[in-house]
Amino acid sequence: MAAIEAGVRCYFGYPITPQSDIPEYLSRELPKTGGTFIQVESEIAAINMVLGASAAGVRAMTSSSGPGISLKQEGISYMAGSELPGVIVDIMRQGPGLGGIDASQADYYQATRGGGHGGYRIIVLAPNSVQEMYDLTMLAFDLSDIYRIPAMVLADSVIGQMKESVTANPRPTTVLPEKNWAVRGRGEGEQQNVVKSLKLGDGEMEAFHWAMHARYQELGEKESRWEEYRTEDADLIVTAFGSTARIARTAVEMAREAGHKVGLLRPITLFPFPKQVYEALSQRCKRFLDIELSTGQMVDDVRLSIARDAEVDFYGRPPGAGSLPTPEELYEQIKKRY
Amino acid sequence: MKQVFSRPASLKDVQTHFCPGCHHGGIHRLVAEALDEFNIRDKTIGCASVGCSVFLYGYFDIDVVESPHGRAPAVATGVKRARPDRMVFTYQGDGDLAAIGTSEIIHAANRGEDITVIFVNNTTYGMTGGQMAPTTMPGQKTSTSPYGRDIKNDGAPFKMAELLSNLEGVAFSARVAVNNPKNVLQAKKLIKTAFRYQVEQKGFSFIEALSSCPTNWGMNPLAANERVGSEMIPYFPLGVYKNTENL
Repeated sequence: MAAIEAGVRCYFGYPITPQSDIPEYLSRELPKTGGTFIQVESEIAAINMVLGASAAGVRAMTSSSGPGISLKQEGISYMAGSELPGVIVDIMRQGPGLGGIDASQADYYQATRGGGHGGYRIIVLAPNSVQEMYDLTMLAFDLSDIYRIPAMVLADSVIGQMKESVTANPRPTTVLPEKNWAVRGRGEGEQQNVVKSLKLGDGEMEAFHWAMHARYQELGEKESRWEEYRTEDADLIVTAFGSTARIARTAVEMAREAGHKVGLLRPITLFPFPKQVYEALSQRCKRFLDIELSTGQMVDDVRLSIARDAEVDFYGRPPGAGSLPTPEELYEQIKKRY
Repeated sequence: MKQVFSRPASLKDVQTHFCPGCHHGGIHRLVAEALDEFNIRDKTIGCASVGCSVFLYGYFDIDVVESPHGRAPAVATGVKRARPDRMVFTYQGDGDLAAIGTSEIIHAANRGEDITVIFVNNTTYGMTGGQMAPTTMPGQKTSTSPYGRDIKNDGAPFKMAELLSNLEGVAFSARVAVNNPKNVLQAKKLIKTAFRYQVEQKGFSFIEALSSCPTNWGMNPLAANERVGSEMIPYFPLGVYKNTENL
């Protein structure tokens, strides 16, 4: 729904649990708006069709889960190298390998470190509700177009399968840069447009990497997003993203009711990681507890962001059937450390 | 004096990187002539592949998008679906189209995407230094088939023009060569036909063009050109394998 309101013209995808609701919905709704829906032969074809449609200057997207996202990495790397926008929705499931379909956050590294070859980053947004799935999908299209970096909406099967009410509030129209680089046939432009990642000129690739590095820095300064809950007087700050942050919030509320000064910091952008808020909060609060559905991935970024005299502890439940923590369980972990 | 021969407007006035005796240059020219003929240069988008064909944008004066290895038919699908009023073609080699990109070409063809595919078959991986390709001929020695291609071990060469002609989505499929004037004239005609199919929105059109590769075959340009006629054409017969206008 958000994708259609964001003006997506093309969706290319392949069925995989737990994200098949997305292609099912778009196969029904996208053609009604004059858009193109293709159920493709492979995840590889899907991302390359996104590459082609995006190169032609229209908004395009795909969606998948772990095994399919791995297959898409080739195309995502080419898109990053060609500075092409495009949106990829990743509803994480367990892994490695076929794994299983329960909620996981173990693809944090894959998403936030680029995922494919060559050294690049993509924009990663982590919703924790159906409303945010809607809001952040729209934001993903805008940020991707503005910065010419592929954007990923990274959720898990809890968020992906959740039913909640949504307020449709299309983002205010942002002034987006004109796509004067797109391939449309020379007739529309003054000169030949070429979309490519091959850079053989002396110093050309090095310059590209430094230019992208600067763009990632700019992203971090301008586009970092997070949510704070009762951090202002907290002695212990719990930090978690996505569905885990919802469970953690209930645990934090339980701690507050018991009189403990505990807060919650939830990063919404995972790349750029909102290190400025960790830096600022850790000037006063010296204890953090990072909770993830993995053996600890985001905790690395937290460690790199907090003040040197602050400490971060970790509690994780690696993904798998029966490993989703309860609020009580997390409350116990908070109490132990408070 | 009347000028009777010149560079097609769709080609840039530059030297190519192709080796002496390679047929890519000639095939480029025929494609450019087709773009000129239908006056579609300004509304055409080329999809370059990986291999010797990657520098398409350096020689054609058209908009070009580079594709990952083998994926040009998927990229072309994205471009065409995004801009159905544009002319879209891929230009791919045999390793690209018939090995790593087999899935993409078969499914794009089967969907009947309204694109044109130019497939250059020189029976080897040119850019990477002459390794065995999916079209390497039985017994042919390459840098990774030093004892000759053994079809018991490696399978038989793909005959893509025939294979694709069996798919319902394919509107036109033909194999051409540019090893002598007669074949060049025929190739020119059939490449134009392939683009005419797209201009007239008749569906997926496919051209397999046989090419020499003197460098990787270890032959001089004349001997390599000779081999196209003496060895390749008997195994990969020229002709039109599907023409839905005649049905």
